[in-house]
Amino acid sequence: MTTIAELPPGFADKVLSAQSTFRSVMDAMARPGSVQRIVPMAGTPGPMMRGVAAIALTLFDHDTPLWLDARMAESSDVVKWLKFHTGAPVIQDSSIASFALIGDGALLPALERFALGTSEYPDRSTTLILQVDRLDAGQSFELRGPGIDGVATLRASIKPADLFERLRVNETLFPRGIDVVLVADDAVVAIPRTTRVVSKGS
Amino acid sequence: MNAPAYNFAYLDEQTKRMIRRAILKAIAIPGYQVPFASREMPMPYGWGTGGVQVTAAILGPEDVLKVIDQGSDDTTNAISIRKFFAKTAGVATTAATEEATVIQTRHRIPEAALHEKQVLVYQVPIPEPLRFLEPRETETRRMHALAEYGLMHVKLYEDIARFGHIATAYAYPVKVNARYVMDPSPTPKFDNPKMDNCPALQLFGAGREKRIYAIPPYTKVVSLDFEDHPFEPYRFNAPCALCGAENSYLDEIVTDDKGSRMFVCSDTDYCEGRQAAGHHGSLSAAPYKERAQETSNG
Repeated sequence: MTTIAELPPGFADKVLSAQSTFRSVMDAMARPGSVQRIVPMAGTPGPMMRGVAAIALTLFDHDTPLWLDARMAESSDVVKWLKFHTGAPVIQDSSIASFALIGDGALLPALERFALGTSEYPDRSTTLILQVDRLDAGQSFELRGPGIDGVATLRASIKPADLFERLRVNETLFPRGIDVVLVADDAVVAIPRTTRVVSKGS
Repeated sequence: MNAPAYNFAYLDEQTKRMIRRAILKAIAIPGYQVPFASREMPMPYGWGTGGVQVTAAILGPEDVLKVIDQGSDDTTNAISIRKFFAKTAGVATTAATEEATVIQTRHRIPEAALHEKQVLVYQVPIPEPLRFLEPRETETRRMHALAEYGLMHVKLYEDIARFGHIATAYAYPVKVNARYVMDPSPTPKFDNPKMDNCPALQLFGAGREKRIYAIPPYTKVVSLDFEDHPFEPYRFNAPCALCGAENSYLDEIVTDDKGSRMFVCSDTDYCEGRQAAGHHGSLSAAPYKERAQETSNG
């Protein structure tokens, strides 16, 4: 049983750390496929990567219902840490979550189970934050779409292996859809709903 | 000195988080207006409270901020916003477009080409391009949902029927990423082509109307038009009277009560840069300087 005093810390400098983390995530979202670094570090509870911890402290609060996958939810440290540092409610119903934290990609549920937004309010959708193995090596993916000058190549080792096939629902759903933030340690890559995977090699 | 009673960049952290989440959604859905809980700012609506809130949410201590109002770094609005952030965030400010990392703008896009390390923040009065055609928010929201933009084309057509050409000269509607029709804020339509495939991220903040929207870098932005009436950017047919530029957007300045006028670059940084590089216009200030020196010498 961890007491609050034993919980991993949040940001040492809340204001400037959140700003710096946000700019990395914003740049990632604006330039899909580009690898951005998260510099400020907080403590990391249980299976949570340091990049994810920084994003949680930057974007989550009482207005953002969170859904945790089994890997995250089984760690009482993660739940306590999120509650203490962000105050965000952890909910069981993924279809109304603002953010979903996926600790183990193999456990990613069907995307239809998350909020996809409505035609009138496509922004009312779940943003997936997915922990992956690597964002600097692995399978190569060619991405196209807004934010990309021609083609961007992403090399990554991602679970689930069929993530980009699953994200093709974004093509038919647009402007509804799911935005994904991939995190490997301190590296961040965003795949907003406008990004299309045009080809991939090994 | 930084007033200790305020947070960095004025806004509290909860507000910044809310705005930051809206910005991320806006980037993910190019051209869609994301509602946000706009705060009261220590300046009146209409002075750029939307742009100021977006700037406050993204600004960091390493940023270099430029603020322009109708292209000028030297107007009351531009100076007070620049001073506001110099005081509350302690950031470096500049008038040079190339040096800035964050550029907040009212109604212009700088003449100098923007680059990937920059973010352009627009102050937007009325974010809804369909508002003057359809006053009901429920209806315009449905029109966006269905991509039903016929009404906008009717409006442009009525321009042609009445004036023989599309007379809309500013806030000229654009279609972003082939989906959402968007109001580029009241920039002159001269600036519309600069929004297309721009290397910089473009963010739009409307404080009173509580909307944030965005154009990601390298995104297709098309000005609405007709095959037989293609979009044409407009500029006065004159060179700048100070720097002689033939391709910049010009302000018309009335110089007396007998109808005399001069045309000068609306982008002051661009104009001053050209003058410093030795370009002269018909009313260039340089000869007067020399004359003043001759007088003092004599």
